[in-house]
Amino acid sequence: MTPTVTSEEEPENLPAPPGTSPEPVVMGARQGMFGASDGGDTSGYGGLVAPVLFPAAAVRPYGGYYDEIADHLERALVGGSASYSQAVERVVVDRGEMTIFVARKHLVAVARALRDDPSLRFDMCTGVSGVHYPHDAGRELHAVYHLLSITNGGRRIRLEVSCPDDDRHIPSVVGVYPAGDWHERETWDMFGIQFDGHPALTRILMPDDWPGHPQRKDYPLGGIPVEFKGATIPPPDQRRNYS
Amino acid sequence: MTEQTRDIHATAAADDKDSEGAHVYEAVGGDWDTITDEASSLHEERIVVNMGPQHPSTHGVLRLILELDGETVTETRAGIGYLHTGIEKSMEFRTWTQGVTFCTRMDYVAPLFNETAYCLAVEKLLDITDQIPERASTIRVLLMELNRVTSHLVCLATGGMEMGATTIMTIGFRERERILAIFEMVTGLRMNHAYVRPGGVAQDLPPGALDKIRDAIPLVRRGIGELERLLNENPLVKGRMVNVGYLSLTGCMSLGITGPVLRSAGLPHDLRKSNPYCGYEDYEFDVPVRDTCDAYGRMRIRVDEMYESLKIAEQAADRLQNNPGPVMVADKKIAWPAQLAIGGDGMGNSLDHIREIMGSSMESLIHHFKLVTEGFRVPPGQAYAAVESPKGELGVHAVSDGGTRPYRAHFRDPSFNNLQATAAMAEGGQLGDVIVAVASIDPVMGGVDR
Repeated sequence: MTPTVTSEEEPENLPAPPGTSPEPVVMGARQGMFGASDGGDTSGYGGLVAPVLFPAAAVRPYGGYYDEIADHLERALVGGSASYSQAVERVVVDRGEMTIFVARKHLVAVARALRDDPSLRFDMCTGVSGVHYPHDAGRELHAVYHLLSITNGGRRIRLEVSCPDDDRHIPSVVGVYPAGDWHERETWDMFGIQFDGHPALTRILMPDDWPGHPQRKDYPLGGIPVEFKGATIPPPDQRRNYS
Repeated sequence: MTEQTRDIHATAAADDKDSEGAHVYEAVGGDWDTITDEASSLHEERIVVNMGPQHPSTHGVLRLILELDGETVTETRAGIGYLHTGIEKSMEFRTWTQGVTFCTRMDYVAPLFNETAYCLAVEKLLDITDQIPERASTIRVLLMELNRVTSHLVCLATGGMEMGATTIMTIGFRERERILAIFEMVTGLRMNHAYVRPGGVAQDLPPGALDKIRDAIPLVRRGIGELERLLNENPLVKGRMVNVGYLSLTGCMSLGITGPVLRSAGLPHDLRKSNPYCGYEDYEFDVPVRDTCDAYGRMRIRVDEMYESLKIAEQAADRLQNNPGPVMVADKKIAWPAQLAIGGDGMGNSLDHIREIMGSSMESLIHHFKLVTEGFRVPPGQAYAAVESPKGELGVHAVSDGGTRPYRAHFRDPSFNNLQATAAMAEGGQLGDVIVAVASIDPVMGGVDR
């Protein structure tokens, strides 16, 4: 906030200085209101279209130990294959958690710096989780890594990497975090992300000959109608939903 | 399904072509002698044994593919997925509150941990972590610690049975039953409780629950003592477990192992101490650690942890005595509107609540209907919440798109991760030690496969 605020003006009513308030990320749109898309909508609310806004990129200071992590990571990446500004697309601090969006080709370098730098020392990768955002054009598939630093008193950060649906490749972090082995296999199995450099990227939960990747949003849930006391209830994915 | 999702796999499945030339032995209930005779007549020492998925010693449906040289295991692969039920996918088609009913079925030996981890993640997404009433958090702690005891008892009991010790099994399950009776009284069910809900817990403790808990704890403690006397210095147990399933601290860290296995390698890492949740920072307890890196150390850690859990449960019971507070968050846009009560036909909405919404308050009826059928909306974003489950770090990665259903709920089950250590623990050892090594990881396939 600029120091020229007079006492009459409420500081929070002023627009933020330019460059300090990035826009939230649009990840899709929500249509309608009560889920009544199939019947006659007399309320008019059915025509509502609202964007789905994910948290915006954070501005410094991030708060807590997150500034320290960003500084150390920037220093640790100097002289490596990619600089901080090349490797890190954006940083989001939301609900007390830090998410570092990493360009996929620099993921391994960033993971290695996070693991090896003594001031970062994220010694454990507690897993890989996939998320499918079909409306995030060009970045449909996300792989989310949660890192834990036991050495530095239980600090946690999240790495997020995305790849387009027509080029589903993300480098594997198994060389840095061997614990990622099964987690990457699960993410391949469920989302179809191919982790390049993984020692044996096979299906792990679904049968080996299974077609498709079940956790993707374009994969149907399946199910049959259930009849109970004369009434028929459609399977869960065909019931009315409240958008 | 689009054509894109139907693409080729990175590695094709093995087919008959791959096993061409290999001799196949069929063990269908017959005598092992005939198999070994057959093998020795072929002068073949190397043999690949497929253990499971339907094998009583594999803790449910775990498949182990073992390459043996005589009795020595030279290579181990673990095959999982036989209990995959798509719980995470199903959760995306239910409301945030209904998600509890699904995730409780993952690690069915420790259901209250699944529920709490999920609810902590949802509460983080809703940004109401600070508003959870203290009584609700204390009830969660009380039930989780009792649940930790039951989970460890199952681990020791089934592990003992796999080594041929039936008494350990009967004592373990006998003591577990005392705690399951408490769960039944508090939540209505012995497992699959769906008791912990986003915002608090489903209902308050019933009258007499604290007395029942206070009566049961000394009995359970005595039972654990009995178990301890049977196990700790038992030469048969030590012969089977000491130096078996060895995994050093380096191995644990690189494989992301948490829980008793990590603590058996000498690192006192416990999320209840390092990243406290539900108010664990206010309880007095120790984190048992050993440095033997073997199955015996893990067994001793589990026994010690049960005593610590009972200590925490007693402290929680004392706090609940003096805290009548609510058990659900005050925000009426999130809190489940109904108050449950036992009626003639089982548990349901309390008659007072029905009387209010049907008789006197139209607004309450609308409110009830909206929350129960539609659910509450969660602002877009993602959150990760982790709890120290009996097996290690149970993490939930929850993503919301602003709707009334989870956009994605991923469970990082500790058993799923820890099973990766099977090969490191079993290779180079004896065939019989594989069972002990796997039992010392304490995998529950419901959680592994989800």
